[in-house]
Amino acid sequence: MKKVIAVLLTITIFSTIIGCTNASNKNENNQVTVAMVTNLGGVNDESYNSSAWQGLQALSSETGTKVTYLESNQATDYLTNLDKLADQGCDLIWALGFVMADSVITASSTNPDLNYAIVDYSYDETPSNVTGVMFRAQESAFIVGYIAGKTTKTNSVGFIGGIEGNVIGQFEYGYRAGVAYASKELGKDINVAVQYIESFGDTPKAKATASKMLSDGCDIIFHAAGGAGIGVIEAAKDANKFAIGVDNDQSRLAPNNVLTSALKLVCNAVDIISTDFINGKEIGGQTLTYGLKENCVGIPENNPNMDPGVYNDAMELEKKIINDEIIPPYNKQSFEKFKSSL
Amino acid sequence: MQLIIKILRKPITSTIIAILCGFFVASIILSLAGYNSIQTINVMFNGVFSRPKSIANVIIKSTPIILTGLSVAFAFKTGLFNIGAEGQYIMGTIFAVIMGIQFDFVPYIQVPLVIFSGMIAGALYGGIVGLLKSKFGIHEVITSIMLNWIALYMSNFIANTSVFHKPNTTGTYVINESSFTQVLYKWKTSRAGIAYLKNNSFLSDILLRTDLNYGIIIAIVLAIFISFFLLKTTKGFELRAVGLNNHASEFAGIDVKKNILHSMLIAGALSGLAGALTITGMSPHNISTISVFEGNGLNGLSVALIANSSPIGCIFAGLLFSGLIYGGQSVQSEVGVPSEIINIMIGTIVFFVALTRLIPQLANVFEKKVGKKNAN
Repeated sequence: MKKVIAVLLTITIFSTIIGCTNASNKNENNQVTVAMVTNLGGVNDESYNSSAWQGLQALSSETGTKVTYLESNQATDYLTNLDKLADQGCDLIWALGFVMADSVITASSTNPDLNYAIVDYSYDETPSNVTGVMFRAQESAFIVGYIAGKTTKTNSVGFIGGIEGNVIGQFEYGYRAGVAYASKELGKDINVAVQYIESFGDTPKAKATASKMLSDGCDIIFHAAGGAGIGVIEAAKDANKFAIGVDNDQSRLAPNNVLTSALKLVCNAVDIISTDFINGKEIGGQTLTYGLKENCVGIPENNPNMDPGVYNDAMELEKKIINDEIIPPYNKQSFEKFKSSL
Repeated sequence: MQLIIKILRKPITSTIIAILCGFFVASIILSLAGYNSIQTINVMFNGVFSRPKSIANVIIKSTPIILTGLSVAFAFKTGLFNIGAEGQYIMGTIFAVIMGIQFDFVPYIQVPLVIFSGMIAGALYGGIVGLLKSKFGIHEVITSIMLNWIALYMSNFIANTSVFHKPNTTGTYVINESSFTQVLYKWKTSRAGIAYLKNNSFLSDILLRTDLNYGIIIAIVLAIFISFFLLKTTKGFELRAVGLNNHASEFAGIDVKKNILHSMLIAGALSGLAGALTITGMSPHNISTISVFEGNGLNGLSVALIANSSPIGCIFAGLLFSGLIYGGQSVQSEVGVPSEIINIMIGTIVFFVALTRLIPQLANVFEKKVGKKNAN
């Protein structure tokens, strides 16, 4: 009973404090607010979330828009956070990652006057206040595949993927096609070894798989295995061969053994779409796809381990992709078609 | 002076002083980090009390930690430190998800089935710890920490098993709708429900915008039941006796080993129930691959600590903790304080609440001084 009274009293004190403050959080002078909800990685994950936050900060310095974020600590936070930002008068709310796909649908139906955008997900039926954002990852994978094909000395390169599916499929077939393109150009056969490790977090398994590949004759491995991919880079370091990073410039993990990285610039996509939204463009009800043309995928500018000639060739290739002269394949079917057209 | 001593001796005073001290130190930390502390704390309270929705959310999010807190508090009464609440919670979620996906009966069979399977999974998982402790004397802290990790990886394994794994995601399928325990779920998502709620802002705030579910009722009923069980039944007396002095209990003819096992079974069941209720009552209604603990079990430790292991106290401690976490998130998005500082703030408040036992001692100090004066 005493505890009950204790808590009741505390609540009374709290409420009194609040009573003295202005309860309204709504923005005055109609300023646009753009916010994002992180996935479980948090805003300092040096990957996905921090990239998106960079994008929002860039947006804020370009246009003076108010930007903010909420971190999710548990999966049950997704829906609450997406809804919570609505109270704070946010106009566009970003959900980072397909894990929030269902929550975005629920939040968008309870807040029909707000706009939501989700990265890496495409709905079959997109509600009119939701925007899906996808990346043409096959384009950067194609370029790193081409670089790998031009650089390999053993005529054998590898690919290690996380869990098989549409998203990682873009990387695999883009990469395969890039290697095939290089092998055509060089007039020699290059073998591509492909393995999936059935996880995005199992670093030891990634390392073991990569070591096996390297001892079987591969000298370059591209990974699309999320966090587990660090194992691939470690294996390349141990064997003193090359790994190709993904999403971010991963060269600092092993400065002498990362050839290049297939970048996914979430920050640029977030910036572009938010700017469009602020300028009054209709963005809802569709899935937008971004690639090399919009500078949302690509490779880093500085690649100390790469032959400058190869880099220049890769840049030429990039132009061809931007001009639609080459359309990198994204799944098995389109890959077969691409290969026969070479 | 006598009055002050009397007031200081009351547990209510201790709790209030502790909370105020916590906020005071937290505001110093905030100022040191360069933020306006008064504004920050205001935002925090606003985040909790400004709308019916946010109060509802605090209650919803408190359900699992009240139950895991209850689990820790219960085990503690029997002299066991149940740091394995996290693992038992995860086992509860795993089995709730498995049953929720595999079966699709009518709700009044399905819901109990899903919840009980989560509860039993948690109980058995806690039972392993109890068995090892009672049969071989292996310390429960070591075994349960290890079992926590096993549960985490088992959860990841289930999330990636082809039967349950939803393609192109990192998680399982969502459990069948018949297992949902949200209040009026069918009605509020139906067209008629949405149309009705549109005209009633209070109801739509707490029903439509939140995952308001029946879990909190179960949690409160169980807290009262556990309190009754511990204080008013023979079994409860035995369990408490074992916790207070197991040698004396053994001498008095109480089967200590059996009671340790029973205690862990019940504590595990409570944590497992917390997991199952989270799955049935809150979106996203599934499990996904995780790399670190979500913390519902570990927060239960803090809740039990704040409540001083009192089952009824767990209800309020759970609400306080959940309020701190939920309000803290508003601070992050509105004031821009990084989550690390907010966690330090919450930690400080919990720390001071845990120090409440210092306050009655303060009363003793005062009393001595007064006594000396009177003697002179």
